[in-house]
Amino acid sequence: MPEKSVYSANAHLSPIVVTSNVRVEEAAPLVRLSLRGGEAAASHAGASIGAPLPLEPLTSTMADKAAAFWLGPDEWQIAIQEGDATAVFERVETAMADTPHSLVDVSERNRALIISGPKAAWLLNSQIFLDFDEAVFPVGMVTRTLFGKADIMLWRQSEDIFVLEAWRSFMPYVIELLQEASRELEAA
Amino acid sequence: MLLITCPYCGVERPEIEFRYAGEAHIARPAEPSKLTDEEWAEYLYMRTNPKGLLAERWRHAHGCGRFFNAIRDTVSDRFVTIYKMGEAKPDLERLVVEAAQ
Ligand SMILES: [Zn+2]
Repeated sequence: MPEKSVYSANAHLSPIVVTSNVRVEEAAPLVRLSLRGGEAAASHAGASIGAPLPLEPLTSTMADKAAAFWLGPDEWQIAIQEGDATAVFERVETAMADTPHSLVDVSERNRALIISGPKAAWLLNSQIFLDFDEAVFPVGMVTRTLFGKADIMLWRQSEDIFVLEAWRSFMPYVIELLQEASRELEAA
Repeated sequence: MLLITCPYCGVERPEIEFRYAGEAHIARPAEPSKLTDEEWAEYLYMRTNPKGLLAERWRHAHGCGRFFNAIRDTVSDRFVTIYKMGEAKPDLERLVVEAAQ
């Protein structure tokens, strides 16, 4: 289980869901980069952020204050805990040199939720059709999938902690469905 | 609901993550302007529509986003095989024989 994560709860906001066995919190702002390219591009990007980009499908890598997520055979999302998105972008872009690639700063595109607690998987399963048994969805696994009708990225940070990213405009929909499911959980 | 294996993610996922994208291995003519109307209509509209095995394109639209090819039995809805873009189309007649064995 990683000691530190690039995702931490936003201390300025109150938690979205608090029950005895699950908690949903908004994550603090992050620098996010979307990278498309081949393995050479991935290798340059990995060196520049200090975490080798994952080449195995649906896996992630972590470094101090950075994480990289496999989203497709030529697509990654990089998350970095750093204030200046422009500086991070320049650092990765410079490391690419002449390697063909597409690097886009998507920091403001997504919001992220941290879902934690023994019933975190239960809560997510209210809208996600995936099996969260650790044998098939181990710690470190990342995937894009559907949450109801919203496209999301879901990462298992540890056994009982998930990070859900969605486009900003989808997030009220995701949050309200999570809140509704949490009321059902409490009533059960 | 169908369960479909994405050859890029290497996992089986519910059908709602995927989009159907028509028959596979239909190449767009290199020079459409040199085709007759009949030839263009043949390319644009005519499909094999078999009762049995069909090579078709799918896209893991809500996952990795990639297109891939699949052989599906249009009678049973069963996926016989799934392969990545660029890989050769399997011999359908041989698959029928193998399935019968
Ligand atoms: Zn996929």
